[in-house]
Amino acid sequence: MGTLAEEIFSKKVGRPVKAGETVIVELDRIMSHDTMTGLAIDAMEQISDRPKISDKIVIAFDHIVPPANIEQAKAQRKIMDFIKKHDMKNFFQEGVCHQIMIEKGFVLPGNIIIGSDSHTCSYGALGAFGTGMGSTDIGVGYATGKAWFRIPESILVKVTGKFRKGVYAKDLILKIIATLGVDGANYKSLEFTGDTIKNMSIPERITLSNMAIEAGAKAGLIKADEKTVEFLKGRAVEDYTIVKAVDGKYEKIIEFKADELEPMVACPHDLDNLKNISEVQGLEIHEVFLGTCTNGRYEDFEIAARIMKGKRVNRFTRTIVTPASVSIFQTMMPSGLIKIFQDAGCIVTNPGCGPCLGRHAGVLAPGERAITTMNRNFRGRMGSPDAEIYIASPAVCAASALTGKITDPRGYLEKTR
Amino acid sequence: MPKVWKFDNNVNTDQVIPGRYYPREKVEELGDYCLCELHPNFSKEKKEGDVIVAGNNFGCGSSREYAALALRYSGVKCVIARSFARIFYRNCINVGFPILICDELFDNVQEGDEIEVELETGIIRTNGKEYRATPLPEFVMKIKEAGGIVNFLKTHDIEELK
Repeated sequence: MGTLAEEIFSKKVGRPVKAGETVIVELDRIMSHDTMTGLAIDAMEQISDRPKISDKIVIAFDHIVPPANIEQAKAQRKIMDFIKKHDMKNFFQEGVCHQIMIEKGFVLPGNIIIGSDSHTCSYGALGAFGTGMGSTDIGVGYATGKAWFRIPESILVKVTGKFRKGVYAKDLILKIIATLGVDGANYKSLEFTGDTIKNMSIPERITLSNMAIEAGAKAGLIKADEKTVEFLKGRAVEDYTIVKAVDGKYEKIIEFKADELEPMVACPHDLDNLKNISEVQGLEIHEVFLGTCTNGRYEDFEIAARIMKGKRVNRFTRTIVTPASVSIFQTMMPSGLIKIFQDAGCIVTNPGCGPCLGRHAGVLAPGERAITTMNRNFRGRMGSPDAEIYIASPAVCAASALTGKITDPRGYLEKTR
Repeated sequence: MPKVWKFDNNVNTDQVIPGRYYPREKVEELGDYCLCELHPNFSKEKKEGDVIVAGNNFGCGSSREYAALALRYSGVKCVIARSFARIFYRNCINVGFPILICDELFDNVQEGDEIEVELETGIIRTNGKEYRATPLPEFVMKIKEAGGIVNFLKTHDIEELK
């Protein structure tokens, strides 16, 4: 008996465990990326001369690919030397680490996975307990194959009803975070349930789980179902068993009605500064960025392309399109999405994190205002601390690129359908 | 006498150390950029042993361990907050940077106040009053006493943490 988080841990340690207990767990996968692996290697090498189980380690370069300065190039070279030295097979330079983990079947229901990135909670979309940790914990994972966890209390987030036109999973998760507050789920696990979640595609569920950390949550779990099983066919790197919550005790239950939501915009400089689109439309926009682990999947670009097809973006609005992975990019080519974006005047970049972390590929100048599909609007995140970041769905961002102002996408969706 | 630098709620790790300052070979240099955009005077005028006092959810956002390291190399003695975001909390324990949780201190100090902190006992003295930090869980104390998890694991198996 327990919440989904408790059941996953109970299964792993082989006895019933409850929130508040501290356990040491054999990890299913350990993920790290280019900016954090260096310190993890340093930590590991103080404990052990080699990774305990190198097949469980996945390293993906995504934060700054290709490197934009000498320090970054040196850091990436050091990691590649380590990978070569230990003959590690799971090394990728083809997109955002979380997308790679999910696409390549490294994330399976019931798994416990740590990653050197706070958005490792994305894996909850497949019923896996994924959580972000720092480099030292990752290095400990390399050396021992294990990590310690305090099993979190859970908040049940129940969502019912259908989204209205122009409203998406992104609007819902923004609403959930603003309701909980940016530390409303600190140390806790969010468990998403209800018919809205059940009807969501896997990419939509990833958008939801991805942003659990923005309320401070350790994980953002969704029970695996037939859609998960279908998605994993031909991908799963090993067998798995679906884990379910059984009469769990939740610290709190919060409910949302999907059909009451409007397109939302999170305003600077924290996500709980959330407004309905009608309150902010018309604000001038200098950069639009479509992509990231939150909204960089094919389905997200399809929505944006529907709005941009046959049109041009405002010529003073730098518009950047960054597919989350090579596989997504390669699906966007034959289907014509890349051409739609390029014909509209967008800059289509190589897959990766793109300008999300303010180090390359679209850094903001002082006074510039961006609207983006990413997950964080912290001051200075994308470059100058005197720039502003607004967060919204792919539809809102695409419509805003056309006009150069924050724009309600619903007018565009009616015309093109 | 060490002084207080005061910060509000939800200081995020992008603010503790903006992404463009790492990775870098000389990690110690991160101390110079710690909180440089949020509080430019802090990075210019902080003195060895000063103390950061903050509100809720200090260290939220990105998992970058560089945030804990930047604080360590900035020379501040510790951060005392009403609460910490969990990844940051773990990172500080792992790298051996002292953090203390104390709810009532925040409303009773101003920036520039003199402060004295005993890390071993969690006793905080300022403005003629004494405060006591919330003790860390036993499990976390083991890591802390070893000087971080790497030091612990040099002489113990991870299972001995239990």
